[in-house]
Amino acid sequence: MICSYCVSSNSVGNKIYINLNETFPCVRLLNATHQIGCQSSFAGDVGVVHLLESEENLDWVLGSGPNPPYMVILESTLFTRPIMMKLKHGSQRVAGVVVVEPTTNPPDGFSPHTSCPNENTGVYSESYGPSYAHCNVTVWNPLGTGLSYEEFDFPIFSMKDSNDTEVLRRCYREHNRAVNGSTPQYPLCAMQLFSHMSAVRDTATCMRRSEIPFSLTPEEVCDPLGDENVWASTKPLNNTAKGHKEGESVVIAAAKMDSRSFFFDVAPGADGTATGLVALLAAANALRNATAELNRTILYTFFHGETFDYIGSSRMVYDMENNQFALDLDNVHSILEVGQVALGSNSRLWLHSDPVSRRNSSVNVEKLASNLHLAAAGLNISLEEPNVTQPLPPSSLQRFLRARPIPGVVIENHQASFTNKYYQSIFDNAESLQLNYSPNLTAEEQLEFVTDAAKNLTEVATAVARGLYLQAGGHPAGMNAVQADSRLVRPMLYTFLVRGKNSWSEQLVSPELASQLKDRPTNFYIGVHQQMSEPRFMVQTILANLTGTIVNVTKENCQKQKEDEEDLYYYQWVQGPLRPNSTERDSFCVRSGVRRFAAKSPAFVLREYTS
Amino acid sequence: LLACFLADPAPVSAGLGFLTTPDPGVPAFFWLVSLLLSSLVWFISVQISNKESAAQQKGLLIFGVVLSVLLQETFRFGYYKLLKKANEGLLTLSQEETMPISIRQLAYVSGLGFGFMSGAFSVVNILADSAGPGTIGIHGDSQHYFLSSAFMTMAIILLHMFWGVVFFDACEKRCWWAVGLVVIVHLLVSCLTFQNPDYTATLVPAYVILFGMGVWAFYTAGGSLRNLKLCLTCKDKDFLLSNHRPR
Repeated sequence: MICSYCVSSNSVGNKIYINLNETFPCVRLLNATHQIGCQSSFAGDVGVVHLLESEENLDWVLGSGPNPPYMVILESTLFTRPIMMKLKHGSQRVAGVVVVEPTTNPPDGFSPHTSCPNENTGVYSESYGPSYAHCNVTVWNPLGTGLSYEEFDFPIFSMKDSNDTEVLRRCYREHNRAVNGSTPQYPLCAMQLFSHMSAVRDTATCMRRSEIPFSLTPEEVCDPLGDENVWASTKPLNNTAKGHKEGESVVIAAAKMDSRSFFFDVAPGADGTATGLVALLAAANALRNATAELNRTILYTFFHGETFDYIGSSRMVYDMENNQFALDLDNVHSILEVGQVALGSNSRLWLHSDPVSRRNSSVNVEKLASNLHLAAAGLNISLEEPNVTQPLPPSSLQRFLRARPIPGVVIENHQASFTNKYYQSIFDNAESLQLNYSPNLTAEEQLEFVTDAAKNLTEVATAVARGLYLQAGGHPAGMNAVQADSRLVRPMLYTFLVRGKNSWSEQLVSPELASQLKDRPTNFYIGVHQQMSEPRFMVQTILANLTGTIVNVTKENCQKQKEDEEDLYYYQWVQGPLRPNSTERDSFCVRSGVRRFAAKSPAFVLREYTS
Repeated sequence: LLACFLADPAPVSAGLGFLTTPDPGVPAFFWLVSLLLSSLVWFISVQISNKESAAQQKGLLIFGVVLSVLLQETFRFGYYKLLKKANEGLLTLSQEETMPISIRQLAYVSGLGFGFMSGAFSVVNILADSAGPGTIGIHGDSQHYFLSSAFMTMAIILLHMFWGVVFFDACEKRCWWAVGLVVIVHLLVSCLTFQNPDYTATLVPAYVILFGMGVWAFYTAGGSLRNLKLCLTCKDKDFLLSNHRPR
């Protein structure tokens, strides 16, 4: 008998391969005309490891290196457009790319998104404000390199800078490095990346392939991006009666709840998404007791998928036009959207509006703007309007304007181009908002800690709430009673940006869904429609608790009510707080007006994938 | 022992099976059973041992190897006994006076069966791991692992063949010291592998022993330098005649 592994008890496989954990791939996405993103071949791609030292060193990979194909390891400072484009064109010799994620954000900013987000799906086009189309007046995201929208034929992964990365670097130094012009000899350190994607070409091709009717085992090769939008109203609206509601005039208060980055399932979206979201949630809570004084209903709407050509808002407009929603466009009085509202050293916010529709005298944007100015009076922030000739930044409001002219304002923290240096990237995180928690604090203490970001956001939320109050017909005298609660803003920011699973969030969820809370920052990526996305689940839960009322019924009755009064209300059994010195919870039933509806592009309903 | 259970009810069927061609599958099965038993013992002893202590684990491994070698040789002996019984049974059934099948042929086949199965088991896992894009060495181990595994496996297969021949012949002649020597040599070769990854220290002695065993087996089977010369020049009449089968 042969003793094959006498010296140590590792199996042979462990002597050949090291598995890397904590990696995130870049995946294939398709739209009507293109495919973007990356993929590997079916059995994975293998290449000799090469640690890129500088842009000049690329020559080794693309030309002079004797052992192609190479697996290029990039430090994050080298993950730039010029280098990636060169690698893309040298793809015969490039087996794949691994980007090492740094531990701190790059100080100069980084954005793989396009410089003109959602360029072709907004309201500005050849027929509507052509001079504003294609970012002619303002380039919203000047740092944008557009890498997220390029197509790569090799896999690209991101790795955290940890022990595994050290092992990789050491392996390269010991075996692969060419010293003094010598050729490194086999055996060499190599790497294999698996990220095969079934989807190719464009949406129409892929959907056709998924629907081949004659196959015994029909296989879906791609899925539509989508999830659900969440809405709630200050007055109960009958959700079963779709279409126009006589006498209803609503003010839509909108925010988006998704984000993305170059890599799959990583989308911290702090300034880009979380700030607006938290501000609107806090505002909804501030108004919960003032709803009796309003003569218009406020409709809080949280759109999903806005990053990907306005999936959520385009669907809502489509549903409204086709009488598939509880209201229609004639019921909409005005729209207030909360965009990126992280405040820097100067606490200035800007009210953006659409110059084209403003020229129409029936579109009364001035009233909305003046209400907002009034609302911000006495608060620590200043609201200003930029030059009138500037178009709207990318926002859900644009999709409504495509349907008809409605007065609307978008609140943002930038006058012209974004102040967010990390738009739609992995670096738009707690650190970029300077949400610094001292490491000595426990999780409980961090939840309660008052950061500057929380303080500022509370002011913003108060301004939004008061503005909505006035716009919905509230009397200015009652305005000061409307105040956002910073004791809610703090844990909300912590939940979205630091750790989803904490004592505050655990109180709000239903027991079955408690496992959905994650021990990390929220992933704002919309994902495919079969999977529940984290932000939607959290927004719906938080909104229900913040705007709903507690009803005194048992758990069984709570469930029963859900079925009885489905038209008007939504009932949810909530875990509640922990009893002191116990693992038991005081659960209760919450009644709210929180609803969800599909956020999947109307193209999938119409089956027209080419527009 | 398992061999004894099988011996009584099945001598005739085993013998009939051998009337046409000796089948190396049966001895291979015997080897497999011996491996199963020895691995059961090793597995149980590992479970009850202290998993943290490396010295104890190494000691257990040595114990496992020794036990396995002894069990294999025991099963080889058991197989020999089975064959003897089968042959005697056939002798009573058939009309002929001499043994229907040469015990030497059976010795060779038995050794082949043992060697084949042993080789397969040694090499198949390693082959599976080698069928990927990588090779040994990422943690600094020697890259000659696959090559030396292959050579060692080949040596063991050939050694099993030679041991089979010598062992059966010794049992026929009641030459127990030769039987003991075969067991000792088997133990020696198996324990040589504990010197891995110093592959030279393992392979060179193994091949020296292989050569020695080969010569011993050759002489045991009735070979001599004269036979060898005749065989190589295709002039060995006895060989040619004995293989001329009547139709």
